[in-house]
Amino acid sequence: MEKTIVGLLGPNGAGKTSLIRIINQITMQDAGDVYFDGKLLAPNDVEHIGYMPEERGLYKSMKVGEQALYLAQLKGLSKSEAKKRLKYWFDKFDISAWWDKKIEELSKGMAQKVQFIVTVMHKPKLLIFDEPFSGFDPINAQLIAKEILQLRDEGATIIFSTHRMESVEEMCDYIALIDQSNKILEGKLDDIKRAFRTNTFQVGVATSNPKEVEERLRQLYKVSTADFKIINEGLKLNITLKEGENPNDLLSFLTSQGHVQHFVELVPDANEIFMQAVNKNI
Amino acid sequence: MSKLKLIIHREFIAKVRNKSFLIMTFLSPVLIVVMGALVVFLMKKNDEKVKEIVYVDASGLFTKENFKNSKTVKYQDYTALGLTETKKKVEKGDFYGVLYIPKKDSLELLAKSIEFYSSDSPGMSLMNGLENRVETHLRNLKLTHFEIDLMQIKASEIASNIKMFNFSGEESSKLINGLKIAVGAIAGYLLMMFVMIYGTSVMRSVIEEKTSRIIEIIVSSVKPFQLMLGKIIGNASAGLLQFFIWGILLFVISIISSAVFGIDMVEMQASKIPEDQLNAAKEAVNPDKLQLILQEILRLPILKLFVLFIFYFLGGFFLYSSLFAAVGAAVDNETDTQQFMLPIMAPLVLGLYVGFATVMNDPHGPIATIFSILPFTSPIVMLMRVPFGVSWFELAISMALLIVTFVFMVWLAAKIYRVGILMYGKKPTYKDLYKWIKYKG
Repeated sequence: MEKTIVGLLGPNGAGKTSLIRIINQITMQDAGDVYFDGKLLAPNDVEHIGYMPEERGLYKSMKVGEQALYLAQLKGLSKSEAKKRLKYWFDKFDISAWWDKKIEELSKGMAQKVQFIVTVMHKPKLLIFDEPFSGFDPINAQLIAKEILQLRDEGATIIFSTHRMESVEEMCDYIALIDQSNKILEGKLDDIKRAFRTNTFQVGVATSNPKEVEERLRQLYKVSTADFKIINEGLKLNITLKEGENPNDLLSFLTSQGHVQHFVELVPDANEIFMQAVNKNI
Repeated sequence: MSKLKLIIHREFIAKVRNKSFLIMTFLSPVLIVVMGALVVFLMKKNDEKVKEIVYVDASGLFTKENFKNSKTVKYQDYTALGLTETKKKVEKGDFYGVLYIPKKDSLELLAKSIEFYSSDSPGMSLMNGLENRVETHLRNLKLTHFEIDLMQIKASEIASNIKMFNFSGEESSKLINGLKIAVGAIAGYLLMMFVMIYGTSVMRSVIEEKTSRIIEIIVSSVKPFQLMLGKIIGNASAGLLQFFIWGILLFVISIISSAVFGIDMVEMQASKIPEDQLNAAKEAVNPDKLQLILQEILRLPILKLFVLFIFYFLGGFFLYSSLFAAVGAAVDNETDTQQFMLPIMAPLVLGLYVGFATVMNDPHGPIATIFSILPFTSPIVMLMRVPFGVSWFELAISMALLIVTFVFMVWLAAKIYRVGILMYGKKPTYKDLYKWIKYKG
């Protein structure tokens, strides 16, 4: 899946890092095969994979530039090509002045930027980020997110392993959820959301006789109390439609009862999907 | 550039650029020479101080002739003053010590009852000197007692010096044996030092990669085995460079210092040897003999020695440093390495002990032979034996075994290494290591 960002989700200990290590050929799988670009994963494929592990690390006493050059060459770039690309990235991030500094002289956020550069500079077809935003302040996180999206648009496939569901919503096109080393959910994020919707609507109505309206609604639909903020006080409810019921009918009924202030479908966010799927699996 | 070359290059540069490496490389030869010079200087100072010793001869058997002053000791006759008074004088610090020769009925009894009093405990050489003087005189007295002519005894003294030949009819000297021992011992000792210093350096480098967590990035680009091999070779190159610089520096500095300060190495050696032995040595080192020794040195199979030295040096280092790398991979920090270090150090130290204890006395004896073939001790013990000439057959077995063991150990270490580098937090046990080795892949 080119030009996609796949969110690799799962609770702690589900096997995310193990899977990533298998893809990176750091550890061997006990069973099964890994395919890369339609072919069985081969040792040389590491040159087309960029990996940023959750535990970041660089040689502390080595100079930034030398270190980046070394790591780029290990990924199969020639020295001159590596220099050219490094210059591009260092200029882009405005960190050219750090070239001769040692990693131990840099702050954590600065080192993270260098880490990001060495992950992506050999233009890998597959990029794997394990918790990419940890350690970045919001501004730098935004910068990195922008770069990741751009890399996607340039054709890279990106695997994104994280616990932070808001970044999943923001970034991922696909998600795969694993638990206890089994895949329990996979697909386009939108499709999954559709599958997880419950036809529940959050409604707010300003009316003179809320008790009566609520009573009538309870006869028609499955109703539960809701708590959300609206400007005017009024009746606040969650209403779940049954199969075949039309939200338009609900809306017209509500309009006849009072002044509709709030009418929203409750679409599950990644967080809820995650919780539901994992809980169901247990 | 291949990945292995890249790794070797990085490890080498990282090691060589390290400040402590530079300091060690350029300061230690200077330190060694300075310390050597200091020892010589102090010994000279020490010798210049003349000890004054008095003797009280109650037996009346000794004369001034028996107590001639030497370079370091002056003798004075205080028989007239008596022992108690003289002892007081010694206690006050007027003299170094007092030798008391009592009056006894027989020479045998006298020989056992002579006493020496001093406030410090006297050195070995001083006591030996005193005993020598007393013994010589008492023996002469006994000979006279048996009515044996002293002149005849003197005339009958004969010195024998067995000349040694090997079967190709070349004459060899005894000194060359000492030289062979020295060459072997130095080579063995150097190897042990090298393994200790650079083996632990490999280990530290592995631990550093683990603690800085860069290891996961590196092994996503290269095979752990390549990384381990690159580390070992890189560190070995840095070490060889250091040894090479040390050799040159020591040579240059000793030449300069002997020119400037007039301390020459021969004197450094000579000042340690007691006088009479020194004379014997000087006799031995007459120009003819010197030439013989020179010939002997040239006749040592220098090329063979050199090649074997390099082989066992590298073989031994690779064998041991792969183990060090495995230990480094297994632990998180240096304090946890202790339990794994012992089994690595034990054969190394054993090799050196066996080398010093047996090779020197009996270079081709069974113990020396066995230990020079067993792979973990062979680098050291064989290096010590090589100057004495080892048959090609034994060399071949020893080298083949070393290579096989080396390959096996590197394979084993690589397995531990591969799993260990990604393990954090837990201090592994030997059981864990065994489990890691059994992991497939």
